[in-house]
Amino acid sequence: MKKDSAMDEALPPEYEEAVERVSYDFGLKRRAFVQILGAGLLIAVSAPALAQRRGGRGGGGARNIASRIHLGKDGTITVMAGKVEAGQGSRAELSQAAAEELRVPLDRIQLVLADTSLVPDDGMTAGSGSTPRTVPAVRQGAAAARGLLIDFACKRWNVDRNAVQVNNGKVSDAASQRTLTYADLAASEDAVTAFQQPIPSEIALTSVKDWKVLGVAAPRPNGRDIVTGAHQYPSDIMRPGMLYGKVLRASAYGAKLASVDLGPAKAMKDVVAVQDGQFVGVAAPTAFLAEQARAAIAKTAKWEPSSHPSSKDLFDYLKQHAQGNAPANPFAYELAKAKHVLRQSYHVAYVQHAPLEPRAAVAEWTDGKLTVWTGTQNPFGYRSDLMRTFHLAEDRVRVVVPDLGGGFGGKHTGEAAEEAARLAQAAGKPVSLRWTRAEEFTWAYFRPAALIEVEASLDAKGALTSWHFTNINSGGSAIDTPYRSGNARCQFVRADAPLRQGSYRVLAATANNFARESFMDELAAAAGTDPLEFRLAHLENARLRAVLEAAAARFNWKERAGKKTPKTGVGLACGTEKGSYVAACVEVGIDQGRIVVRRVCQVFECGAILNPDNLLSQVQGAIIMGLGPALREEMRFENGEMLNASFRKYQVPRFEDVPELDIHLLNRPDLASAGAGETPIMVVAPAIANAVFHATGVPVRTMPISLPKTTS
Amino acid sequence: MNSEFTFTVNGRSRTISTDPQRPLLDVLREDLQLTGTKYGCGEGQCRACTVLINGKAAASCMTPISEADKQTIVTIEGLADGGKLHPVQEAFLAEGAFQCGYCTSGMIMGTVGLLNELPNPTDADILPRMQRYLCRCCHYPKILKAIRRAAAQTAKATTPK
Repeated sequence: MKKDSAMDEALPPEYEEAVERVSYDFGLKRRAFVQILGAGLLIAVSAPALAQRRGGRGGGGARNIASRIHLGKDGTITVMAGKVEAGQGSRAELSQAAAEELRVPLDRIQLVLADTSLVPDDGMTAGSGSTPRTVPAVRQGAAAARGLLIDFACKRWNVDRNAVQVNNGKVSDAASQRTLTYADLAASEDAVTAFQQPIPSEIALTSVKDWKVLGVAAPRPNGRDIVTGAHQYPSDIMRPGMLYGKVLRASAYGAKLASVDLGPAKAMKDVVAVQDGQFVGVAAPTAFLAEQARAAIAKTAKWEPSSHPSSKDLFDYLKQHAQGNAPANPFAYELAKAKHVLRQSYHVAYVQHAPLEPRAAVAEWTDGKLTVWTGTQNPFGYRSDLMRTFHLAEDRVRVVVPDLGGGFGGKHTGEAAEEAARLAQAAGKPVSLRWTRAEEFTWAYFRPAALIEVEASLDAKGALTSWHFTNINSGGSAIDTPYRSGNARCQFVRADAPLRQGSYRVLAATANNFARESFMDELAAAAGTDPLEFRLAHLENARLRAVLEAAAARFNWKERAGKKTPKTGVGLACGTEKGSYVAACVEVGIDQGRIVVRRVCQVFECGAILNPDNLLSQVQGAIIMGLGPALREEMRFENGEMLNASFRKYQVPRFEDVPELDIHLLNRPDLASAGAGETPIMVVAPAIANAVFHATGVPVRTMPISLPKTTS
Repeated sequence: MNSEFTFTVNGRSRTISTDPQRPLLDVLREDLQLTGTKYGCGEGQCRACTVLINGKAAASCMTPISEADKQTIVTIEGLADGGKLHPVQEAFLAEGAFQCGYCTSGMIMGTVGLLNELPNPTDADILPRMQRYLCRCCHYPKILKAIRRAAAQTAKATTPK
């Protein structure tokens, strides 16, 4: 393989998402949205095209020091960042970043996140981007503020910069024993002008060996509010006079509303009902009454169904609806002379994120200005959506994202806020809207299903000579193989998908790695080689080799892989995405027709570790979360209806699923820190699949993984 | 349709006139502004809505307010003694037993309910019982450590709270 972009040591490229948004339009009725560009030139812009133009992907960041760091004359230090805290640890990490460069203890930092009226646009919280991009941005801002403190002291004392140092929030001159604080700087005449300066991008940051706050475990700063119930999540926000909203959902996927009678709802005391195109919703003083009103009008609604494929036929459907035919293998000449040619198809089901806090928002209109408190991972992008939906200027929309109850890539849109805002507009009162669990499972976007076709050839020595890999529908993340194969082509082909789809923790990297790593075990078997040896023989990337070899050593792979124990299997997998590297070895048991994951040994490396406790939490959580789509999770649907839209029917991991975990975090203080919330999940399913293959002798080619019919 | 219900919440007597079928969860959150108790599924499958009713852990989303009449209810807001955290809250904070934290109040109330019944539980007691409690961040290892830590505290105390 000539080029391998996934192997670049640079930062991950700017994250691109393909999330389908709901195209509400609550402004100019049934007219194309028209934008005036230049004198007299009218260009009609379709709503999706406009949505793609919106900001908030990478974000512009802080335009000056003041927009990143605010110093109070009373000594308070406030740091502002456009990221959200959804449980991944951004609040601790960004506080550490600021404290380190300001030279203050961690508890001096007050961090304001994700309020579009207060913080810089740091882009969406996605793609493991906070660590490689926002942490350095906050450090630069904090280092610039520390520089201003030094300048201030040197000017006042008329000393050289080398004569002073900053420690514990004070600049001091050892010779004269004089000190000045950030509060003194804030009170100085020049402070306002000084803080208007842009943050120098070349500013020197503290080197890893001198870290005091970064690199050390830091707890979540608002942990006490979590354990007392005091923290207000988006669904907990209360406003004076607030009503509770409910939305009338379509009877089935793709069904169009033909007619509805709002009369039964409007007849109820204190109930507001609104129809705006396909949108129908109600608001009432209690959620219970709102649900009664919704149910009453649901009985009157007439729907025009559209035909919709069933999950049973999903993979045939994807194949038939691939956009352009899947490209043929261009390496036929290699196949012709190969010792072995293997070709397989892999299926990965649709799954839901199912964050424990469903989509929720409170919307409030004041003098034509809209404020929403909502749980989105994309506050600035979402502000643009609200501007578009309600035809409002930027200064008339404020999006506030309180620390929310989980995202996992599922909350890049914020349609609950659009719905709440439309109801609040009709009611003339603030409205709180929280999706039900069934709505979450049905109407939130899904992780795309994948149909993956792989073909590869081996020569007589068991070396890979060609590799052809096509992912239909789910995405191109981690699609390039890290294994040397002479000739390789890996491609993503879009399909007309039957469900609304979007991001999920590590995107398609799980599907691509599942297919690749499962196929690698089939190839190793064909070559008559141990799966570890087969991989290492084709693997050049030093960081990936390091985690794989470390995991294999901790697991005692060489001894265990050669041994056959009844109803037990061992498997391994490795992978890299978003600048971090992971390998896992697992042991499974086959118990009464069930796969029981007994042990997972994972080695993970993401450069210099910023917060070891939080990193361990992310890795543990990713491994256990990954058990779900590996073993059980699968959205089933028929005639446009979700058949398992509840936690009773759609079984996510619980306490008793937790295997024995042996996790090793490989610290590389010599390398830049990469994000860690996603990559650890990508090896879970393939390592289990390979362990099941080892136990049963039957290769695994579907997620969720099931046992061959003959095994029980 | 409305009826009057009187019950004790966090040591305070409350009287509410409402529909008997309204879930206790909604009354706590909407009428009493006790939003620490969370909605997760509405069918008792995630237990984010757990409160204590007469000392026993119960899913408030599945409890019609009529069943709360004349009962004693404790929510996450009523657990601490002034500024002093309950030992289970202390244990969750000390272990960092949360990622997003949305399940935490249910997990804590469930643990308090468990320890009320079994002051010195083994893992064999804890796991099947806590199996009903969902954490989508899958932070189970640290939650389990916090439960064990709280259990050790409770077992040590001569007069269990």
